[in-house]
Amino acid sequence: MFSALMLNAWGSASIVAIVAGVVGFFIVLRGSAFAAHALPNGAFAGAAGASLIGVDAIVGLAVFSVLGALTIAGLGRRARHDVATALVIVVMLGLGSLFLSMTTEYAPEIYSLLFGEVLGVSSSELVPIAVIGVVCIAAVFLVYRPLLFSSVMPEVAEARGVGRGRMEVVFLLVVALTTTMAVPVVGALLIFSLLISPAAAARSFTDRPFTAMGLSVVIALGTVWSAIALAYLSNLPIGFFVGSIGAGTYAVGRGWAGWRNRRSRPRMGATGRSPATAQSS
Amino acid sequence: MQGRAATGSDEILAIDGISVTLSGREILSDVTFHINAGEFTGLIGSNGAGKTTLLRVILGLISPSAGMVRVEGGLRRQPLIGYVPQRITLDPDMPLRARDLVGLGIDGQRFGLPLPSSTRRKQVDEMLEAVDATRFAESRVGNLSGGEQQRILIAHALISRPRLLLLDEPLANLDIGSEQEVVDLLARIAREQRIGVLISTHDMNPLLPVMDRIVYIANGRIATGTTAEVVSSESLTRLYGVHVDVIHVHDRILVVAGRREEALQHGDTESIVELM
Ligand SMILES: Nc1ncnc2c1ncn2[C@@H]1O[C@H](COP(=O)(O)OP(=O)(O)O)[C@@H](O)[C@H]1O
Ligand SMILES: [Mg+2]
Repeated sequence: MFSALMLNAWGSASIVAIVAGVVGFFIVLRGSAFAAHALPNGAFAGAAGASLIGVDAIVGLAVFSVLGALTIAGLGRRARHDVATALVIVVMLGLGSLFLSMTTEYAPEIYSLLFGEVLGVSSSELVPIAVIGVVCIAAVFLVYRPLLFSSVMPEVAEARGVGRGRMEVVFLLVVALTTTMAVPVVGALLIFSLLISPAAAARSFTDRPFTAMGLSVVIALGTVWSAIALAYLSNLPIGFFVGSIGAGTYAVGRGWAGWRNRRSRPRMGATGRSPATAQSS
Repeated sequence: MQGRAATGSDEILAIDGISVTLSGREILSDVTFHINAGEFTGLIGSNGAGKTTLLRVILGLISPSAGMVRVEGGLRRQPLIGYVPQRITLDPDMPLRARDLVGLGIDGQRFGLPLPSSTRRKQVDEMLEAVDATRFAESRVGNLSGGEQQRILIAHALISRPRLLLLDEPLANLDIGSEQEVVDLLARIAREQRIGVLISTHDMNPLLPVMDRIVYIANGRIATGTTAEVVSSESLTRLYGVHVDVIHVHDRILVVAGRREEALQHGDTESIVELM
């Protein structure tokens, strides 16, 4: 389970989990889940196109996800954001099906773009994954405060000189880069799960934004590590474990938040001086 | 009106002949008024009158088609202006405490991660105390009541020490008790910190005891002065272009269109007869 071959799997999956935890925090905060769904799926078409003309898949992923991000941000200023996002994913999936019809790739290659190939990551692939991962995290840390401000109160932030459109472009570019590095490892479908579930679960356990981001990283790491281990032991696909553990942590988080709220509600009452109600739950 | 006769040194905002056209429609035309330090001004107008538009012009988010905005001697630079927008929705699932939101008022526009600092913490604590919000400083903002959120937003706007505070309909959706508390808080801030406060509202009554000056918008134009000067049948009839009566009932003021047909023509959506 920890052989030299498996080390690449552990390493690449860990990098993807850390980046997904950090970026996912803002995806959930900004309500950008749809864009986080559209970019990896659209970028999948880029990878198909890249294999058609014989260049590295990561180049196709980068080109398509960055173009997709810029288009969503650009159209989103005029039209409704979800409509702009939907148009982008529709066009990209259309191109994807065209490219696929023209290639001679085997089905397993395509399958790996959707569900990833954690066990097939080579040492040479690990380098670009790590580099892009560091760039993503550095970018999020650099814009952390204005991005938080703009996500929470876009109008007020704008009045303080934090342009809403500028923040949107920067953020979607970070999501595009995350897509580029993550799709070869965990696939287009699973990166979506890793971007959303840990960040959504983390919100239930803390009231502090930066702590929530850290917790989201911890949960994402826990998810991929246990998914790899369980897949190795059971011979079932990793994707099954990533998806179900993700949903499981979210459910536990909601349960915890519900339990905590029920406990603290009597104390949050006007004066908090009513011991009679404190014994509930 | 001794105060207003004083020199321009106290003046922190001057709106000079502003006109605004949005999508080919003139929303405001030739609006002129000014605000002095420590003064409490009510921006009064029914829904769609152009209050939010005017505030956005002052913030520099909309450029006027004519006229000029001057903030304290020609600068319109942040953070001279604090802003509390209309209808903010803060998601209860969002992991953000009241104190975090206030802290964004200090350095939310700066790059980098927020590093823990005791001076910053003290600054936030003092501001929370000034708006009487210490009690719920650690709570999630999304879980607070409308009145509590309004205090936190005011603290957020004030912590950068602006000279001018703009609030867009801060009293909408508040119960009467918190409405009065927020008005008293703002009046105290204007007086004690010598900040100019400009509040938009479609109901002037809660502001009557504290307003130094009124800016009344209708038909894209304004009337300005003291409440007594502006809220009179004569002045509002000129502004609305239809006969208007101003009725005092107990401590409240009702603005009523004289003839039903004309009020209907004027297209007031809130009520046929009662304009304000
Ligand atoms: N971007 C826009 N384009 C065209 N018309 C607008 C735009 N924004 C506001 N308006 C119109 O301007 C008028 C004033 O709006 P607003 O300033 O929001 O009024 P208030 O805040 O007093 O309710 C309304 O009739 C509104 O429909
Ligand atoms: Mg408005």
